[in-house]
Amino acid sequence: MSIRIEVDGQPVEAEEGQTIAGVLLSQGRVSWRRSAKTGKARGIFCGIGVCFDCLVVVNGLRDVRACQRRAADGDRVDFQEAAAGDRGESQEAAAGDQSGNRFQGSDVDA
Amino acid sequence: MPEVVVIGGGPAGMAAALAAHRRGARVVLIEASDDVGGQYWRHLPAARATADEHELHHGWNRFQTFRNALRDIEVVCDGHVWSVDRRDGRPPRVHVLVGPADGQRREARTFEPDALVIATGAHERTLPFPGWDLPGVYTAGAAQALAKGERVAVGRNVLVAGSGPFLLPVVSSLIRTGARVAGVLEAAGPVQLARGWGSKPWRLAKAGAKGAELAGYVRDLARHRVPYRTGRAVVAAHGTDRVESVTISRLDGNWSPIPGTDSRIAVDAVCVSHGFVPRSELAIAAGCRATNGIVDVDGNQLTSVPGVFSAGELTGIGGVDLALAEGEIAGAAAAGYAPPPAAARARDTFREFAKRLETAHGIRPGWQSWVDDSTLVCRCEDVTAGELRATAAMTGTRGLRSLKLTTRAGLGICQGRTCGRAVEELAAGPAGLLDAGRTAHRPIATPVRLGELASLREDPS
Repeated sequence: MSIRIEVDGQPVEAEEGQTIAGVLLSQGRVSWRRSAKTGKARGIFCGIGVCFDCLVVVNGLRDVRACQRRAADGDRVDFQEAAAGDRGESQEAAAGDQSGNRFQGSDVDA
Repeated sequence: MPEVVVIGGGPAGMAAALAAHRRGARVVLIEASDDVGGQYWRHLPAARATADEHELHHGWNRFQTFRNALRDIEVVCDGHVWSVDRRDGRPPRVHVLVGPADGQRREARTFEPDALVIATGAHERTLPFPGWDLPGVYTAGAAQALAKGERVAVGRNVLVAGSGPFLLPVVSSLIRTGARVAGVLEAAGPVQLARGWGSKPWRLAKAGAKGAELAGYVRDLARHRVPYRTGRAVVAAHGTDRVESVTISRLDGNWSPIPGTDSRIAVDAVCVSHGFVPRSELAIAAGCRATNGIVDVDGNQLTSVPGVFSAGELTGIGGVDLALAEGEIAGAAAAGYAPPPAAARARDTFREFAKRLETAHGIRPGWQSWVDDSTLVCRCEDVTAGELRATAAMTGTRGLRSLKLTTRAGLGICQGRTCGRAVEELAAGPAGLLDAGRTAHRPIATPVRLGELASLREDPS
């Protein structure tokens, strides 16, 4: 069954059961994020939820692993930490941190 | 009736849950994704089910039998175990958030089991090389997961490289999803391979099913004329914003590139894996003793913590047959029964297989010589090998913790899962580290949003 989602402001047809990573790769995208310090392009690396390279914003909630989340009809997917050239200008406001609750734990060191 | 909680719905966890259930235990199986099967039996979701699913799997019927039998057991899918609280003399309390991965306002559940089986499996280890962070460079498991779970090929012209027999099913999956596989490069050379697979070959006959599975993959290589070359590695990937070509090099027996043997080939994707790392954070948080990242168990699969059992890749990388045998033993023991004899015999056979695997394909230290100072090691925090080496030399420290805090290597959002082992090996001087293994310590096992944490009620106990 086909579903409709929005990726970076554009409507996209997808199949029910596809992960967001699957949808993005099917569109021919290989990267949609930039690394924090040096701005290197990031997309899928491990594909099983381990590396966190593929993070996207889903319905305003950031830091969602695209490879672990199935696309649901009506989902809005935006890109986070994207370089200016990675997206249309109209989307610049959309990918901001609207959830107000980023992951904690990045400095946990037992 | 004892309550047995099993964490992980892959082969080991499924086998454990069923074995405990059949012996009268009340069983809860917790699985992080939305279906059981693990990485080995990863498949299309029900919404996209196809009739040809079995063509991408080995032992698909065996999986169907397991899944049908699990109908009588409570299976908590989308269950993310984020922490365990140790309790004296008995298994830890298990905290789970149930809902979509990285979601919010998920349902919090807590279990206080009489016995706990930890079967969280493993993820791949990819050794860093210059350009390994370019998009288009994937782990072999990513190619496998995207083929099996999405029916997407990661590229049109794909090179597969690394070490171990796991590279072969990845080739088969790539071919079945329409990719051309330019070749397979196995880092281990003929001498290393012979040491593992060539000694006492009659003993391998017992692991016959494994041989048949591998023979199928080798037939695929031959039919599609995919060259398989040993003693070779991808030592660099090139491109701007995506991989366009790779440099391959011949390796000596220590996995150091041999000067003058470089060649460059054009690819649009490369899949690289050098073995597996157990997903041990929950076992470590529960207090289970581990040796070199492998959880210690006795003949009943019992860990060093009373009532906590472990099975599958967590107790040694050995593949599906070993995982099924260990899972069955762990489940039986968790319910209070002795190891089933057939499972115990299978465990012995496939542990021998696992030992050979490590001898034949285990990582050799020469890889560090293809990591130049500009090579990124920690992908999350953008830390290079040069920064790690310079900090280790400048401070003279043998403490991993201080190296991590100074460079931030391993402190990013993946929590050192991807780079941890490499950081430890690059940072260790001749005297070794004082706190080796620390990169696997993650008391919070999966990311939790602060809002979810804040809304958890205090436990009444």
